Amino acid sequence: MIREALIVSAILFSIGVAGVLVHRNALLLFMCVELMLNAVNLTLVAFSRLHGTSGQVFVVLVMTVAAAEAAIGLAIVIGVFRHYRTVDMGRIRLLRG
Amino acid sequence: MDLAQSAPVVWLLPALPLAGFLVNGALSLLPAWRDGDAPVSATRRTVVSVVGVGVMAAAFVLAVTLVVQLANGATEGIAGSLGTWMAAGDLRVDWTLRLDRLSGVMALVITGIGTLIHLYSTGYMAADAGFARYFAYLNLFVAFMLVLVLGDSLPVLFVGWEGVGLASYLLIGFWFGETANADAGKKAFVTNRIGDFGLLIGMFLLFAHLGTLDIPEIIARRADLSAAVATAICLFLFLGCAGKSAQLPLYVWLPDAMAGPTPVSALIHAATMVTAGVYLIVRMGALFAMSPVASLVVMVIGAVTAIWAALVGLKQWDIKKVLAYSTVSQLGYMFMAAGAGAYTAAMFHLVTHAFFKALLFLGAGSVIHAMHEGLHHAHVDADPQDLRNMGGLGKRMPVTATLMWIATFAIAGVPPLAGFFSKDAILTGLAARASSHDAPIAQAGLLGVPGSVWLWFAWGVGLVTAFVTAVYMTRLMRYAFTGTFRSGDVVAEGIHDAPMSMRLPLLALGLLTLAGGWLELPPVLPLGPVELLTHWLAPVTAAPMTALAGTPHLAHATEYLLIGIAIAAAAAGIIVAFVALEPARLATKDAAPAETGIGRVLANDYFVDTAIARVVTGPITAGSRAVLWRGIDLGLLHGVLATGSATLLRSVSWVGGQLQAGVAGGYAWAIALGALVLFAVFTLR
Repeated sequence: MIREALIVSAILFSIGVAGVLVHRNALLLFMCVELMLNAVNLTLVAFSRLHGTSGQVFVVLVMTVAAAEAAIGLAIVIGVFRHYRTVDMGRIRLLRG
Repeated sequence: MDLAQSAPVVWLLPALPLAGFLVNGALSLLPAWRDGDAPVSATRRTVVSVVGVGVMAAAFVLAVTLVVQLANGATEGIAGSLGTWMAAGDLRVDWTLRLDRLSGVMALVITGIGTLIHLYSTGYMAADAGFARYFAYLNLFVAFMLVLVLGDSLPVLFVGWEGVGLASYLLIGFWFGETANADAGKKAFVTNRIGDFGLLIGMFLLFAHLGTLDIPEIIARRADLSAAVATAICLFLFLGCAGKSAQLPLYVWLPDAMAGPTPVSALIHAATMVTAGVYLIVRMGALFAMSPVASLVVMVIGAVTAIWAALVGLKQWDIKKVLAYSTVSQLGYMFMAAGAGAYTAAMFHLVTHAFFKALLFLGAGSVIHAMHEGLHHAHVDADPQDLRNMGGLGKRMPVTATLMWIATFAIAGVPPLAGFFSKDAILTGLAARASSHDAPIAQAGLLGVPGSVWLWFAWGVGLVTAFVTAVYMTRLMRYAFTGTFRSGDVVAEGIHDAPMSMRLPLLALGLLTLAGGWLELPPVLPLGPVELLTHWLAPVTAAPMTALAGTPHLAHATEYLLIGIAIAAAAAGIIVAFVALEPARLATKDAAPAETGIGRVLANDYFVDTAIARVVTGPITAGSRAVLWRGIDLGLLHGVLATGSATLLRSVSWVGGQLQAGVAGGYAWAIALGALVLFAVFTLR
């Protein structure tokens, strides 16, 4: 049972990673990051069957942080959009040193 | 006051010209006095002349005083020390100068002739912008020369040895505005370095085997040396002498050294510095006496040099070049005598040669001076030193001509002039040793040939050289002073005899040339025997001379015969030059046809310089270009290390720069790949 859960979680995580790598649209990136977080959540829940409830506590924590992150992240995306009139991350190069 | 008691008074001798160097050197550096385009003003010239000539005259007076002191006792010589120079382990060298009977003779020649030549220079260099600089250098030379001859240990002598080399370099390249002059200075310096290497090795060997470098101590303890070591030391020392005294194969620098002002050629490259090698051999005579083989080498090299250079002198057209080759040849004579162990004869010829060769050079100087003025007067651009452009100068400059004729007869060996007696002393000395049965040098062998044969060889070469000398000197005199002037009447109008400042030294040297030979007369001649020099030098030279040559003696009849042969050779040379040469048919330098055949070989000094350029300097230059310059400098240092490292850093930083593109996606890829690698490392290990 746990084996299948881990496989699903690995697949979900890989899809998330692939999405982050491939997409340029900030919203899509955002969704992919959420996907990765949730893949991790699934793993934690799966392992909590073996190691007690501490994994589920983590999941709640992660969801809370993810929610906060979504709020801040979307606000940044909106800010970026207002400034650049685009959310294409390939064209925003402010990280250049 | 007893000068010998107040210790460092000897140091005053070099200190006086050194003070002159400092004063004139400082003056020459003042902005207002520095070399300009215009001649130095008369006032400034007076200041410089008084300092330059004054210190020399003072040094001469001091030298005379000290030598008189020496004559009244003080057999060990008058020594003066300024303390220890260096002390390291067994080595201890003191700043000690010693005026003994040998160095006294040298000091008198240096300061005496030096004073005359300084005086002459005040006239000769009057129109030169570098007047103060010139006198500074000349004073510096005399200071170092005195350190050389007075040095009581080899290192102190070496200080003088290198110092005169420096002064010589500075004065050869005095007119450094022309590359040829600067090159001549460099050539002299580099050639001398080869000789100095030998001198240094000789010193190292002496220290290694005797543990001392003090000359009196070396001589006192020379018995500790084995014969082979003594021979090696002597040969290395002789290499040094050959460099300084322009003997084969290191003579090539001296003819080029004529690029300097003519009084410099007279003082440094004829009368004093180039005789340092002869002096060193006589000074170390006790050592050379231990090695008849090394002595034979010295003699044979001297003999070959004498005839080698004399033949070149036959075909030179530059008046100074003739005298330069003549100097090389006469130095060969001195080495012949020194090698044969006739140290007194060598010193005798050194002294008389200083007289008549200085006179010849100064006479040539006044000829060049006059020619220069004449050509200037007529606005003609021609070579003022070329014999072909002269002719008939005797009528225009009778004093110079008369005195130069005297010097010519002296160098040719016409009695009763100075050169006759000294040359005769050498030739009879050689013959006496060759026919002697108890002379170790005659019994020693070199290259399987007995010493007596070598001695006869040297005697024969000396005789032929005397003949050739008479020819080339008479040739010079006839081309310059007899017949008609070849550069045109306008030039001739501007030619005048030497001014008084130049005439006085000429007259003084003329007197010395006339009378110098009476220092030493053989017993067979009327008024003989006079043996002033022999007795004077006996404390230094008698023992080594006996050790090397026994007590050679010639029958009176033989001696008369030898003197007759020598006179005949000189007379034949003069007559040949008068009969065979045709000054009337001579063309000026620019119109002269090129030399052919043997004349071309001699005119170009056997193409020695060309050969050296082909065999030594050419390959070194080419190799330096290909390997050191293009290979190591441009290739390795510049290409690989300097430019290469910059290129490497740039490409590495380019790669780094590409990573920092600022695109978030790129960082994401990097993180993902990095995580993958870490994952692979941790799982697959």
